[in-house]
Amino acid sequence: MLNRKDLLGTADLSKEEILSIIDLAELYSRDNIDNANNTGVLRNITQINLFFENSTRTQVSFEIAGTKLGANIVNFPLGNSSQSKGETLLDLAATLNSMFPDILVIRHPNSGAVQLISEKVKCSVINAGDGNHEHPTQALLDAQTIRKRLGKISGLKIAICGDVAHSRVARSNIFCLKKLGNSIKVIGPKTLIPKGIESFGVEVTHNMFDGLQDIDVVMVLRLQKERMDGAFFSSEREYFHFYGLDERKMQYAKPNAIIMHPGPMNRGVEIDGDLADDINRSVITQQVEVGLAIRMAILDLLTAKHPLRKNV
Amino acid sequence: MSRTITFVNACLIDPASSEETFGSLTIESGVISRVNGPTKGVVIDCQKACLAPGIIDLGVHICEPGERHKESFKSASLAAASGGVTSMVTFPNTIPAIDNPELLEFFINRSKESSKIRVLPTAAITKNCSGKEICELGFLQDKGAVAFTNGLRSIRDSKIFLKALSYAASLDLPYIGHCQDYFLSYGTSATSGPFATKLGLSAAPIEAEKICLDRDANLAEISGIHYHASQITTELGLKTIKSLKSKGNKITAGTSIHHLIFDEKDIGNYRTFFKLSPPLRSENDKLILLQAINEETIDTVSSFHLPQDEESKRLPYELAANGAIGLQTLLPAGLKLVKDGHLSLAKLFQKISLNPSNLVNSKSGKLSEGCPADLVLFDPALPFVLDRFSLLSKAKNTPFDGYTLCGKVLRTFVNGIEVFNCDK
Repeated sequence: MLNRKDLLGTADLSKEEILSIIDLAELYSRDNIDNANNTGVLRNITQINLFFENSTRTQVSFEIAGTKLGANIVNFPLGNSSQSKGETLLDLAATLNSMFPDILVIRHPNSGAVQLISEKVKCSVINAGDGNHEHPTQALLDAQTIRKRLGKISGLKIAICGDVAHSRVARSNIFCLKKLGNSIKVIGPKTLIPKGIESFGVEVTHNMFDGLQDIDVVMVLRLQKERMDGAFFSSEREYFHFYGLDERKMQYAKPNAIIMHPGPMNRGVEIDGDLADDINRSVITQQVEVGLAIRMAILDLLTAKHPLRKNV
Repeated sequence: MSRTITFVNACLIDPASSEETFGSLTIESGVISRVNGPTKGVVIDCQKACLAPGIIDLGVHICEPGERHKESFKSASLAAASGGVTSMVTFPNTIPAIDNPELLEFFINRSKESSKIRVLPTAAITKNCSGKEICELGFLQDKGAVAFTNGLRSIRDSKIFLKALSYAASLDLPYIGHCQDYFLSYGTSATSGPFATKLGLSAAPIEAEKICLDRDANLAEISGIHYHASQITTELGLKTIKSLKSKGNKITAGTSIHHLIFDEKDIGNYRTFFKLSPPLRSENDKLILLQAINEETIDTVSSFHLPQDEESKRLPYELAANGAIGLQTLLPAGLKLVKDGHLSLAKLFQKISLNPSNLVNSKSGKLSEGCPADLVLFDPALPFVLDRFSLLSKAKNTPFDGYTLCGKVLRTFVNGIEVFNCDK
């Protein structure tokens, strides 16, 4: 049970809450593989997907998750909406609030924007990514994927590599994985490691070979060129040489170490294409699969006490 | 009409002598005529309340012309008078900027029509505060500019800046600088460090202040101008000021009351009323700043009153406008610092009244015979919880909402005329 209105980040989730989400996701994950019929629990529930920033996999994943549970889903069309006519975010929130949705799934390019909307609407809000701040469902699905693959989700050595500065995935993963009792290294060029990240209890290194020693899980981040406003790195080829995950660097990790990436990937920039496709080590497609189950679990748990669900 | 008034039974706060004494003060024809002299004219029994020179608040944004929906001379002066402020040193970064004598004349005329308190305007040093062309500084001085500044923007081009400072230096007016390196701080909304990283906010390093201060101080030294660093907010900046002062540079420094009371953690979950320029700093920087106001490193404390309407603030943090109003809260916040033991009352009035007055070459800021009768009578101890909607500014963007502050302004006088009375 999640005793909260919204899921805005992993920073304020307790270890118990994280485990309750991934435990339920485990059930949904099996159901999805077995083609079990879950429809019904979210019958009568209205879910609005509000994506202010382009997204394919996350939005589709939330849409399918809701559909599988029987929710009524509206993808709010922002491209030609009032936003382009100058409507403020809070006016839009007030408008949506008057339509009585039960869940809002929101992605926004500015840190804190999802929190701002959540303060103004009565329904549950799920943060599907806000600026460089948090992307909690990605962190939860990563935790679940690790547990599925390695059989445990504590006491592991995890490396988060690349563009940490612009990554909401990195922040959510650090908060989540630290709470579950793992040790974390962040690796990247100094320009892409935000100041003071050590205060989150992580170790920082700027060398992939040193950083990957004895690692159980290698998380590779996408180089978010669209968020960069200047000189963060020199060239893609140099970046790949020093920070791109390839066979040579992977040799330093534990032999059974797994490779993760939140997608979409830039092959040959942050990760070698062959390594990404290596089904023995790469769990990238499994992450997407687990993502669906995690989002089903979150939708289910956040609406567990909803009056419309009483008779289901 | 200015009357002859004798304030009796008052605790006289004289920042010039650093003294707090019980006594009387007589004002005649708009000036202080006697301290502890015979009772004359109308007698006001202060009942041991404090009588101090009125506050001279530096860096006030009136929002006229251009943004009268945020603030006007009338609303700002009402707020100021009720906050014990008797002079507002205004900033020129309005829309359009106060960068030519005709606009300054209009500005001064508007202030005379609508303001109950003194308005001491600064003028832009470069056209439209864009840092490219020098304004007609001589004409601006003739029209009444008390200092030059580039508003809340530093001038990017060092060559132009040096020429502008040199040109201004011959006029013997000070330059008020905003010490934030342009490129390092461009597009950022927080101070880099663990807090900004956790919130995922774009941030500038604290060195942005020192780097700009170092450059500005060097250029000021070449030009010979008196440079006033309006808001020093970091330990690094303080050290630089200290060393420049010890070398005898013509430099003074100020800070904002908000940086003395709040630190970045107060931003909490993206509270945009705490979004300021420069951004709030770490707790350590705040504590060191609090020590520095008791020394001579920091000369002035001001509110940097910057009204913003709700629409400019009710946005995602990075998109929200900078600034906080402060005319009415500068004294109560300062008195809170006094109550908490950070400085004495006389010291507080040196920072908010005497030193700002000296900076802009005004005669007020002292309780001396012959000085203008710009006075504030207040009860320093009364704690109260601030409700932002009780403030008189048009905009209500104060970070002090719900915060416990100290003191109550009883009466304010400008030029011997009562401009605020709490009972009326």
